Amino acid sequence: MNHPSNAAHAHDDAMHEHTGSLRGYLTGFVLAAILTIIPFWLVMGHVIESHQTTILIVLALAAVQIVVHMIYFLHLDTRSENGWNMLAVIFTAVLVVIVLGASIWVMYNENANMMPMSPQYQHHRLGS
Amino acid sequence: MPDRPAIWNFLLGRLSLSSLPLHNSIVVGTFIVVSIGALGVLSLITYYRKWGYLWSEWFTSVDHKKLGIMYMVLATVMLFRGFADAIMMRSQQAIAFGSNMGYLPPHHYDQVFSAHGVAMIFFVAMAYIVGLMNFAMPMQIGARDVAFPFLNNLSFWLTVSGVVLFMTSLFVGDFSHAGWLGMPPVSELKQSPGPGVDYYIWGLQLSGVGTLLTGINFVVTILKMRAPGMSLMKMPMFTWTSLCTSGLIVVAFPILTATLFLLSLDRYIGTHFFTNGFGGNVMMYVNLIWIWGHPEVYILILPLFGVYSEIVSTFSGKRLFGYSSMVYATAAIMLLSYLVWLHHFFTMGSGADVNSFFALTTMLISIPTGVKIFNWLFTMYRGRVRFDVPMLWTMGFLFTFTIGGMSGVMLSVAPADFLLHNSLFLIAHFHNVIIGGVVFGVFAGINYWFPKAFGFRLDAFWGKVSFWFWQIGFWVAFAPLYVLGLMGVTRRLSHFEDPSLQIWFIIAAFGAFLILLGILAFVVQIYVSIRRRDELAVGNDPWDGRTLEWSTSSPPPPYNFAFIPKVHEREAWDDMKKHGYQRPLEGFNDIHMPKSTSTGVVIGVLATVFGFAMVWYIWWLAILTFVALIGTAIWHTFNYDREGYVKANEVGEFEQHIGNWEPKAQGATS
Amino acid sequence: MNSIAIDKAPSEPQDFLCLEEGHPHNGTLLGFWLYLMSDCFIFASLFACNAVLGTSYAGGPSAHDVLDLPGLAVNTALLLVSSVTFGFAMLEVSRQRKRAMLVWLGISGLLAAMFVGLEIHEFVGMIAEGAGPDRSAFLSSFFTLVGTHGLHVSLGIVWLIVLMFQLGKYGLNEANIRRLRCLSMFWHFLDLVWIGVFSYVYLVGVLR
Repeated sequence: MNHPSNAAHAHDDAMHEHTGSLRGYLTGFVLAAILTIIPFWLVMGHVIESHQTTILIVLALAAVQIVVHMIYFLHLDTRSENGWNMLAVIFTAVLVVIVLGASIWVMYNENANMMPMSPQYQHHRLGS
Repeated sequence: MPDRPAIWNFLLGRLSLSSLPLHNSIVVGTFIVVSIGALGVLSLITYYRKWGYLWSEWFTSVDHKKLGIMYMVLATVMLFRGFADAIMMRSQQAIAFGSNMGYLPPHHYDQVFSAHGVAMIFFVAMAYIVGLMNFAMPMQIGARDVAFPFLNNLSFWLTVSGVVLFMTSLFVGDFSHAGWLGMPPVSELKQSPGPGVDYYIWGLQLSGVGTLLTGINFVVTILKMRAPGMSLMKMPMFTWTSLCTSGLIVVAFPILTATLFLLSLDRYIGTHFFTNGFGGNVMMYVNLIWIWGHPEVYILILPLFGVYSEIVSTFSGKRLFGYSSMVYATAAIMLLSYLVWLHHFFTMGSGADVNSFFALTTMLISIPTGVKIFNWLFTMYRGRVRFDVPMLWTMGFLFTFTIGGMSGVMLSVAPADFLLHNSLFLIAHFHNVIIGGVVFGVFAGINYWFPKAFGFRLDAFWGKVSFWFWQIGFWVAFAPLYVLGLMGVTRRLSHFEDPSLQIWFIIAAFGAFLILLGILAFVVQIYVSIRRRDELAVGNDPWDGRTLEWSTSSPPPPYNFAFIPKVHEREAWDDMKKHGYQRPLEGFNDIHMPKSTSTGVVIGVLATVFGFAMVWYIWWLAILTFVALIGTAIWHTFNYDREGYVKANEVGEFEQHIGNWEPKAQGATS
Repeated sequence: MNSIAIDKAPSEPQDFLCLEEGHPHNGTLLGFWLYLMSDCFIFASLFACNAVLGTSYAGGPSAHDVLDLPGLAVNTALLLVSSVTFGFAMLEVSRQRKRAMLVWLGISGLLAAMFVGLEIHEFVGMIAEGAGPDRSAFLSSFFTLVGTHGLHVSLGIVWLIVLMFQLGKYGLNEANIRRLRCLSMFWHFLDLVWIGVFSYVYLVGVLR
């Protein structure tokens, strides 16, 4: 701040990052709104008979909407911070999927094997 | 709540005079010894009028080198604490057979082993690696400081908060007896109504936040602040391992925070995450805590792999063999470490397919580690190896760690684990890798970088004494545990019936005694070296180093480098020396440096009081300190003037002074 | 330059020092991004708990019994609109229009405050019906996950108020713009986490 060249440069760092445009925010908003309304409609309107199918569609739409937010609101691209932002997101996404997926897998198996009295795992025991 | 007028319960929560363990002579004795020691230190500081110096030059400093040194001191103090617990356990187990119940009742023994694990992992090993990274990494990349110097100071003081809460539990109330991971249902309110588990939770939460901030700080430092020309594949190996460890901290420590947060909700507001009733699931805690816990052991070991790499190539006088394979191995470990956590609970009934998957990933992770071992051996091959003390510790590591790694591969075989799980074999295995890998590496690193930090070497004779006592003591202490584990003896027992086992425990206790001598020799080494510092004084580059930290003065100036280095080759300082680089004595510029700040200390103190208030249910104090914490953080953001200048003439004075001083120092070593 | 770097005349002259002071790269935005990534793991742990414990009703109310989908729709809309208005504020920053920026920031903050208010209302209602966090593991995980998100939003509002004051007083200087960019990332990130909350905890929750 009291050193003009430094301040100017740091200023550049902050300003030259992609800040988005009105068009971008509105596009993001419309897409996000659509991707929000569809799952609400599917669940509240009981549109599809099978719960399984509805769940899968809702989760898929959520994943798409997360990507929409990343692109239009968080301005994620391969160039910001020399690509480190993108790399951090990919690394995080992989590990988050591992944490969620493996936890569910592990805990399901432990419950099925070790808690055979719980009603929700009875069908698993009978089926296997 | 104690039975007394309500106003007292409001003011003091559940804290009362009976919370002080006055009935326990061991604790009272410890308290007296610790108090006398602390009073001694405090009065010495007062007598020599060093408070102002400590405050302005150290406590409020944002200099990464000073913070690194403070972390090392903190870790060493906690090593004494953790080792005191160890020797208590070893002596208890050596005598508690048959009718002899030993001197530690089970309730106390359980706290001792819990405290030992917590102290050694969180406050010794973590503090040591953060200290080493803090001290060396920014200089290795040719930077003047870390990316966020204030956060670095704050991280340190949050770690100290955790330590203070942990140590308070020794004298006010008691500590958790639920093991170093605080496993429910033992750590739930029903089984542990006392303050012990709460001390555990808040101690780890505070220091955990500090560690997380350090991780973020170091990743940004390495990605953003490397000297011009230093591409990623030209970074020193220690910087690479620091990067991977810091990255792992960023993705693993939040899980510890979340898990302990859920446990504290169970204890404070009666939720049912890990309770036995109301749908809670104890195994979910085990699952979550090990998702953090396994990356954690690689967080601990990776920086030391970097230390060994630096030492092996320096003391062999050669470039590191297989640099790129080393980098890829480190990155592979970073990812794989996130895929093996279930091997900590193979026996909990996940079934064959789940166990097979995690057994395979566990075996896989030993491959990149093996790659590293071979790289170090090939670096030494046909080198002119100098067996100075750092190299000695490295040789001890190669021998000890490899065996520990192999017992780990044995444990990775899920069916074998059904026999070895929770046995002393497991205890022997992880001490084998943590002492053989982390502790030996820390001592190697201390001996290696000490002359850089203080301008004189550590005494080699006492260094060798310390090494041999540690090395031999380790095997005498833990080889019997391998044997006992194979015979089926489980961990965490304070008393045994079968007298035929006793001889093994006596041998193990003798080994612990040898390690004690190793620790004392380390203390003597420091003391002797300080006394003989004029004889041991060295120049800037005592080991004929290869990386940039050896290009600046010993001890380095606050700004590290008067001119930021330009990097052309992988081992930049070696390259500079080959081209006859001479240190400039003129033409200096003003250097932009961050200012010291007391905010870190203030937040640390408030956080400690907040933790204490939460442990004892002193709600008014908890709310007050929490609001004060937020307020201090906001107040800090109103300070926009955080940087100053070291003027060119000051830089010149320092650099020229060092220039005058250098030939004398080098003369002393030749 | 030559006289300093080369003394023993190497075969190829190389310079090893930057003789001019360089421009430091500011790492705050990258550092804050990494903080957000670490926060993902806090939420991942809470989502994992909800996935594992989400049907452990322990004889108490099920997700279908207690979760209010119309209220959720209002909350979701509030947060999404507040995310967009925050974006508008950032556009005004690029145009150096302080007043307009403060207005958009104020609107974003109000929308977020309404979000938190509605959430507290929902929580109080559930607790009054006997469906508090101590009733069952499902409710524990529900309150904790949604509550942790709400706590983040509340902290964001406190941060916004402080920053609006600083922007008003010290103007659009470099430090303030950097802070505002961090807060904007935080704001959008919380909206992104909310996608997971409304989709998984609520919409999937009532179908499980």
